Amino acid sequence: MSEKVEKKEKNKLDIVQFLVSNALIILIISSAIFVGLQNPRFFSMANIKNLLANTSVRMVIALGISGVLIMRNNDLSAGRQVGLAGCICATLLQRMDYAGKVYPNMEPMNMWLVCILVMIGFAVTIGLINGLVVSKLHVPAFIGTYGMQTIVYGIALIYTGAQPIGGLIPEYTDWAAGSFMGIQLIPNLAIVTLIVMVFMWFLYNHTPYGKKMYAIGGNPDAAEVSGINTTRMTIASYMIAAALFALAGFMLGAKAGGTSSNLANGYELFAIAGCTIGGVSVNGGTGKVSGILMGVLVFEILKIEMTFLGIDTAWTYIVQGIVIVVAIALDIRKYIAKK
Amino acid sequence: MSEYILEMKEICKSFPGVKALDHVSFQLKPGHVHSLMGENGAGKSTLMKCLFGIYKKDSGLIIYNGEEVNITDPFDALNRGIAMVHQELMPIRERSIAENIYCGRYPVHKYGPVSVIDHKKMNEDTQALLDDLGLDFNATEKLGTLTASQMQLVEIAKAVSADAKIIILDEPTSSLTLREVDKLFEIIKRLTAKGCGVIYISHKMDEILQISDEVTIMRDGQYIGTWPASELTTDFIIAKEVGRELKDLYPPKVNTPGETIFEVKDFDSIIEGSFKDCSFSVRKGEIFGVAGLVGAQRTELMEAIYGMRGITSGTVFYNGQTLKIKKPEDAIKNGIALITEDRRGNGIFGVLSVSDNVAVASLDDYLQYRIMLNHKKINEVVNKSINELSIKTPSTKTQIKNLSGGNQQKVIISRWLAKEPEVLIMDEPTRGIDVGAKYEIYSIIGNLAKEGKTIIVVSSEMPELIGICDRIMVMCEGRITGIVEGEDMNQEKIMELSTPFMN
Repeated sequence: MSEKVEKKEKNKLDIVQFLVSNALIILIISSAIFVGLQNPRFFSMANIKNLLANTSVRMVIALGISGVLIMRNNDLSAGRQVGLAGCICATLLQRMDYAGKVYPNMEPMNMWLVCILVMIGFAVTIGLINGLVVSKLHVPAFIGTYGMQTIVYGIALIYTGAQPIGGLIPEYTDWAAGSFMGIQLIPNLAIVTLIVMVFMWFLYNHTPYGKKMYAIGGNPDAAEVSGINTTRMTIASYMIAAALFALAGFMLGAKAGGTSSNLANGYELFAIAGCTIGGVSVNGGTGKVSGILMGVLVFEILKIEMTFLGIDTAWTYIVQGIVIVVAIALDIRKYIAKK
Repeated sequence: MSEYILEMKEICKSFPGVKALDHVSFQLKPGHVHSLMGENGAGKSTLMKCLFGIYKKDSGLIIYNGEEVNITDPFDALNRGIAMVHQELMPIRERSIAENIYCGRYPVHKYGPVSVIDHKKMNEDTQALLDDLGLDFNATEKLGTLTASQMQLVEIAKAVSADAKIIILDEPTSSLTLREVDKLFEIIKRLTAKGCGVIYISHKMDEILQISDEVTIMRDGQYIGTWPASELTTDFIIAKEVGRELKDLYPPKVNTPGETIFEVKDFDSIIEGSFKDCSFSVRKGEIFGVAGLVGAQRTELMEAIYGMRGITSGTVFYNGQTLKIKKPEDAIKNGIALITEDRRGNGIFGVLSVSDNVAVASLDDYLQYRIMLNHKKINEVVNKSINELSIKTPSTKTQIKNLSGGNQQKVIISRWLAKEPEVLIMDEPTRGIDVGAKYEIYSIIGNLAKEGKTIIVVSSEMPELIGICDRIMVMCEGRITGIVEGEDMNQEKIMELSTPFMN
């Protein structure tokens, strides 16, 4: 008899546990159903494709910053890096017949070559410098990368002359607007993100780099004692991040159809929040690619839901802020409970 | 009212697997200095922490000023007039001496609900206090500008300023110079003249005999006895401190040391007052012990050999070859491994799995296709370790923080065994581990030495070193004071070598 009661109690606990640990997914699904009932267009192909395209760009940024966060660092220059990369890509991919072309006599380059060059360029300049500043000069990441944020913004202003850059070649913009092999639901952008996700998942779970990254985040002192070169690892994490921010800039420029120096301003905060909501612990050492996807999706779905409900933009900011605080409070609770 | 200012009666305290205090009693008379002696781990600090409410006693009575008291935390203790100067200081370096002394009880002006700190009064009172104690410091100076020993004196001044009835000094002279010790004794005499009771914890025999009125000796969490200091001799104290018999706590010796293979020459620390002129050599297949009291700089020396601490000079030789070691990575590449003293601090990766904790130092050995980790191979290594060292864990995926201390230690040993080092340095390998697990770790150490590995074991538990080592090096205040072997490997001899001012 008492055993049965105990079992019941245990089941009850399990349900509570399940609800707490899956609160996000439950919240998202139930709210989506609610919004869908209010406005059936919420579940339309176009809307879902739009959601996926938005999420794709944000996800690449979040993945870039995740490695840095897992090693207990931070990168506040992420958004500005995306913006500068977008501007550079745009200037190299303008139509010959566009009146305000930045390099009037230059043929537009191959877009994939541009993408790769910008990724490499960002990694070996901004990423390397961020990494050196944090690991070699021991500047706290929060401040060091904030400095980089304003530097990159300044460079973007000078580079663009504070003018918007338009007239992009159709090849570039059409690619971003297009669907993968004609499947309406899946934008081309999502395929790039999928490739990046698989790459990062492999890097985090199947290479020494990944294991060392989690080790440094878990206990930097023990990592040092275990013979892990924390300096080299920190630099590598910033370089990988910068390459992904550049890729995101390439994607975002195409998606927006034009860029300016203000492109992607503040995106790092959404990326950090998305990572944290998705389980990248604020105490370092944990975080999975799937979790990060969940965190980023929560944000994007929430935004679209609020648009569909016709909520004023001002209010969407307030709701987003509340979601960040509540989600992280929940995350910390889990951590404290285990202690 | 009784003749005692403080009585602790029949105090018991257990930690999981350990009886830290077993019916310990202690009495302090006003105006007396009562010394508390015993080996590391005898329970002196635990007893004081029970007095302070840092630990909750399981049973027993604390009678203070004739009343039974239940002190809840150090702040409560301070309010009741009990102050403690800890062995490890917690200075706020960036603030002034005055602010450190009045921390948490700043003098204030009250303006209705608003309290404003009265800096003038605080600085003047502090200066008066310092002058009164004959300490030549400026109250407004930053604490960080003082040396470690000067900070210790400031800490003592803080206890005095609290107008304490009881002051506990835990190894107060460990960082003091001879002149400063004289200063301290002067302060102690002044305090006792005012009727204040002093509890003095130290290993230094001559100091104890000089300053104390009574001496209480503890061993293994038990009360051994209390004697008037005037009736005591150094030999008597040592015999009482260590007087236990070794039973079958250690596995039989299985290793036979070979030729000298690992040499450490002329190690000088970058830090003044840490280790100096340290040279020693260890043989292949030898278990080499390093003994010493707290503050003997054993850990510092080992961590310096491993590349974790700065040195001004020092060379390491293995098999006649000079090794270039600037950081742990270099030491590992040269076949040296270190199991650190601070298991939580820089040993385990708490949030990572047992498997990751084992593999972390040897990841680059498990590659396939040049970049990809071979999880199958890692699992084999991990499972082999779990079987060989009988690690008790629900699975290889369990987070290591959920394991017991002994099992965590075995996981860390596995981590280094996977790397197959030639020299394995173990700093306090059995700290905080129950007796059964200790025996298993001793067996592992013995077997490694038998396989021809060179093992260096740092430990504060003398019986442990005597039980498992071939030779024991003794350190005192940063210097090597001797190496004992054979007949000389006994506690009296080691204690003598590790006690300052005796050699």
